Amino acid sequence: MDTLLALAHGLTVAVQPTNLFFALIGVLLGTAVGVLPGIGPALTVALLLPVTYKLDPGGSLIMFAGIYYGGMYGGSTTAILINTPGESASMATALEGNKMAKAGRAGPALATAAIGSFVAGTIATLGLTFLAPRLVDVAVRFGPEDYFALMCVAFVTVSATFGASPVRGLTSLFIGLALGVVGIDKLTGQARLAFGVAELLDGVEVTTLAVGLFAIGEALYVASRRHHGEEKLEPVRGSLWMTKQDWKRSWMPWLRGTLFGFPIGALPAGGAEIPTFLSYSTERRLTKFPEEFGKGAIEGVAGPEAANNASAAGTLVPLLTLGLPTSATAAMMLAGFQQYGLNPGPLLFAEKPELVWGLIASLYIANIMLLILNLPLVGLWVRLLAIPQPWLYAGILVFAVTGTVAAKPSVVELSMLTIFGLMGFLMRRYDFPVAPVVVGLILGPVAESQLRRALSISLGDPMVLLQSPISATLLAIAAIALIAPFVMKGLRRFQADDD
Amino acid sequence: MSGIRKADRAGLAIAAGLALIAAVILIDASRLELTSTYGVGPKMMPIVVALGIAILAVGNFVMALRGDVAKPESADLRPIVLILGGLAAVIALIGMGGGVIAAIAVLFAMTSAAFGRRALITDAAIGAGLGLLIFLLFDKLLTLSLPAGPIERLM
Repeated sequence: MDTLLALAHGLTVAVQPTNLFFALIGVLLGTAVGVLPGIGPALTVALLLPVTYKLDPGGSLIMFAGIYYGGMYGGSTTAILINTPGESASMATALEGNKMAKAGRAGPALATAAIGSFVAGTIATLGLTFLAPRLVDVAVRFGPEDYFALMCVAFVTVSATFGASPVRGLTSLFIGLALGVVGIDKLTGQARLAFGVAELLDGVEVTTLAVGLFAIGEALYVASRRHHGEEKLEPVRGSLWMTKQDWKRSWMPWLRGTLFGFPIGALPAGGAEIPTFLSYSTERRLTKFPEEFGKGAIEGVAGPEAANNASAAGTLVPLLTLGLPTSATAAMMLAGFQQYGLNPGPLLFAEKPELVWGLIASLYIANIMLLILNLPLVGLWVRLLAIPQPWLYAGILVFAVTGTVAAKPSVVELSMLTIFGLMGFLMRRYDFPVAPVVVGLILGPVAESQLRRALSISLGDPMVLLQSPISATLLAIAAIALIAPFVMKGLRRFQADDD
Repeated sequence: MSGIRKADRAGLAIAAGLALIAAVILIDASRLELTSTYGVGPKMMPIVVALGIAILAVGNFVMALRGDVAKPESADLRPIVLILGGLAAVIALIGMGGGVIAAIAVLFAMTSAAFGRRALITDAAIGAGLGLLIFLLFDKLLTLSLPAGPIERLM
């Protein structure tokens, strides 16, 4: 009952005209960047952080959440119409969706994606509403050693499950952790890894890193392989509406997709790629029309799209209740909280319920807005794809540089932006995942301060990490999650040798 | 074992770079003198990170030897040079007080060129217009100051 009361109170916050306006801007921007290839929600939030510095925290956070949800809706449009997923979570959608568009069924593909996103988004937001307070009750009992152990779980799952290889994922993570060390040590006031550069004493700005990796790295990557040919835009032909048969084939995949997306998003397992591909392979196995798979089966669009929206809501559970980001966008939202001096976690639920519950309630509103924006108005969004690629990327770089300059107008900051851009390009090229770097930079310093707090309370006795049952369990999970991918790989090689 | 493939060389370079980073972090950490009375001091985190990176350097080295390295498709160098050149021009212009509008114009034109456009003057004009718009938006609406040069001071 308390939850419903809190939600009702949150709704009164969310329907205030300014907050509705922020939500609308968020979903509009989110859909736009989801549609445009090359920019995702994480980059958009990163670009907006310096700009929103002086705005109302509640409104900005509602806008960021709108961008996150909107990006998930918009990504499907690009995946279906040009086979270039706007973001990695839409890769599974592109498999069947683009085939449907080529067969002249772009309309129903877009419709099942939008309605499935709405169904999954709403169910998953309900999940968030009722799960978050339970988790907060647990999280209140967390001591510093438990938080440290939790960060360890996040580090391992985010880096070992992203990308193709655990070694590359961990390499990315440790680069992020190293960047997190830069700056003045808060406890002793000594400079670490600053090399006498005054601008480095404050540490590496999360926005500079994210914008460099995502915007400049991506632009360099796309520009360097332009000669590999451009993708063709499929026109939206025929009816936009789904037939009775389409509905019948879509509703179960929507629900199953939600069941994959929400829990995997909520566990610190990282990313929307895993649930979308799980959903795709499940639908492929369960379908009554196996001959259509690979040629444009509607189940292959409905399931993954539902899964990716549900996982976005799932990601907000650990973010809001524990301050734990498990995707790049969630990491940028955490940076958004931090820029207003807010720390997501049990304390925030107790101290600023209007902010947290206003944010959660606005997610329901954002979902309704997105359904309207994406179904009747899909033609408008498709026009965005007509922006010439040179101007699109030139515009992205201009905003990247302007945002950085607005936050810190210095040559050092711009040089760092360029270096991070080059780093992002090389990482994309050699298949190192980018998100763990951002997570490492944000969570590294938090993990360090929690560990040092825990050890100073225990007078330097490291056994405190194993004496707390929560911490011991979490550390065991982290250890298993770290070793498992290597063992599995070894087993697979062993079997391969056997054959 | 004649001739190391190109991708393998990239893998070896990555491993060497990681080893170098680990060494830099360790040297920097060894210069920290103050420590905490209880618990661990400021050296712990850099040392742990450096050890981790050192281990990963070995991991990447082994992967490079095995040929377990991503083999990227051919990349076009010209657009990369153009974009990085544009960013270098931005750094120079902002550093010398040339103002944000001129910087945006140059960056817009050079990035467009990197993506295959051949209308440098037109694109620079579009970039200048965009820069003016952004400057007014930030300066007047969001009250965030952007670096001003001769053009910006006229407004």
